[in-house]
Amino acid sequence: MSGQYISELERHLKEGKFVYTGELEPEKTTDISETIEMARELKGYVVACNVTDNPRACAYISSVVASYLIQKEAGMEVIFQLTCRDRNRLALTSELLGAYALGIRNVLALTGDHTTLGDNPQAKPVFDLDSAQLIYMIRKMVDEKTDLAGNPIHHPPKFIVGGVANPNAEPLEAEILKFARKVKAGMQFCQTQVTFDIEKTKAFLKEVERFEVPVILGIFPLKSYGIAEFFDKNVPGCAVPRHLLESLREMDKGITDKQKRKQKIDELNIEFFGEFCRELRKTTRLAGLHVMAVGYTRIIPPLIEVIGR
Amino acid sequence: MIVTREKPLDEILGYIWPFTKILIAGCDGCVHPPRGLREAKTYALMIEMAGKAKGKQFECIPVTVAKQCDNNIVYTSLQSYINEVDAVLSLACGVGVQVIVEVFPDIPVFPAQNTVFMGSQPKEGAIFYEKCRACGECLLGYTGGICPVTRCAKSLLNGPCGGQVNGKCEVGGWVRDCAWYLIYQRLKKLGRLDLFEEFRPPRDQRIASSPREVGGLVR
Repeated sequence: MSGQYISELERHLKEGKFVYTGELEPEKTTDISETIEMARELKGYVVACNVTDNPRACAYISSVVASYLIQKEAGMEVIFQLTCRDRNRLALTSELLGAYALGIRNVLALTGDHTTLGDNPQAKPVFDLDSAQLIYMIRKMVDEKTDLAGNPIHHPPKFIVGGVANPNAEPLEAEILKFARKVKAGMQFCQTQVTFDIEKTKAFLKEVERFEVPVILGIFPLKSYGIAEFFDKNVPGCAVPRHLLESLREMDKGITDKQKRKQKIDELNIEFFGEFCRELRKTTRLAGLHVMAVGYTRIIPPLIEVIGR
Repeated sequence: MIVTREKPLDEILGYIWPFTKILIAGCDGCVHPPRGLREAKTYALMIEMAGKAKGKQFECIPVTVAKQCDNNIVYTSLQSYINEVDAVLSLACGVGVQVIVEVFPDIPVFPAQNTVFMGSQPKEGAIFYEKCRACGECLLGYTGGICPVTRCAKSLLNGPCGGQVNGKCEVGGWVRDCAWYLIYQRLKKLGRLDLFEEFRPPRDQRIASSPREVGGLVR
């Protein structure tokens, strides 16, 4: 793909380029043309897109199949998300071998939300491995060319493997120690949970600097007051700043012209996240931004423009 | 202790409906809440009354056994009644029910309880909390005496996960304590965060795979 590099994502991170990644969420369907269309819109703006794996424990189209189709149809490099909730180590291994055969090179290892939170809460949760152990297993497949039990792999895969962390987590110390474990297991990049809190984010980034693992920070532009309110209420430990919620509420109620309202909301997002991210770039070693803007892709180009490449 | 919950009376009546004389066998072992002679007598009364209301005359003999998980004790405690009854209703855990079946293979034996877990009760009348899953590879020495296999909803060895918020677990809506949060607090207090930071490799799941044996057949 990129000479000495396994993927474009790796190339950007190794060359120290500030990266943008996007998020795609294929749903409970057999036709992902809408998701592919979204991927096309993001082309040229983000280096790769995460493709979710049964997010919030909802049973959706296979992440590996969606990843393959997105790379093939839209030409968008993917970060294939893989959770430990639905598969034991055998299934994880075969999924990874299949993913590599289909051209997938970036993997994000996750534990996965618990089954009881999802749309089939009666299901048996697996968790044969956890996210740190999955990172360890993937690195073993790549570096030692064997599966977890040590059986050799013919034509072993080459993946770049990432893990997640949460800058909002309290106590932060526990989160940092967990980060350290993932680094020991072989994490090569980190993508974070969404955050709106600049001070917490700075403290987190400062603490993890010593591991020298590039961190891509999750941000969530707010398309409407409804979405902001939903996020604020349903994602505990990650409050939307009051002033943002207030401004959005006023715009939602006060501006009747749809186009004008959209414009104002976009401006608000660009102002908030522009300042937020520029400040972080100035004061930390942030490697990039993961822009979670499912259904709000129009915000990405102007946002990148103010934050800079 | 082994914690059990009563099955609905209708389910029990369904099992014993074809029979008339029922031996109600309590257990004085570790089953909790208590399922001994007093409870056997209560079951006997309830069954006879419920039977009467539905036009069926049950005859119940309430007894108790020191430990239903011991074949010898079960034999000596119950053998004098077995020939007088049509069926046995055990108030013990799932182990007790199966031991009676082994000791007296010719008589139908039914459970009166759902066996739920191994756990404890902070004080009488309080909630029972699951504490041990008998995983066969005790980690309590590394985790400050708090079991992540049992008390983390995902049984993580490298927790907490992202579902932990302010020390509470996403499962059940952030009400229960996150086991890994407790482990962190405890190890910090003990000055052993080095144990918390350690990466724990995947478990050998064979150790916890049923059915298991110990003793003569130990592996």
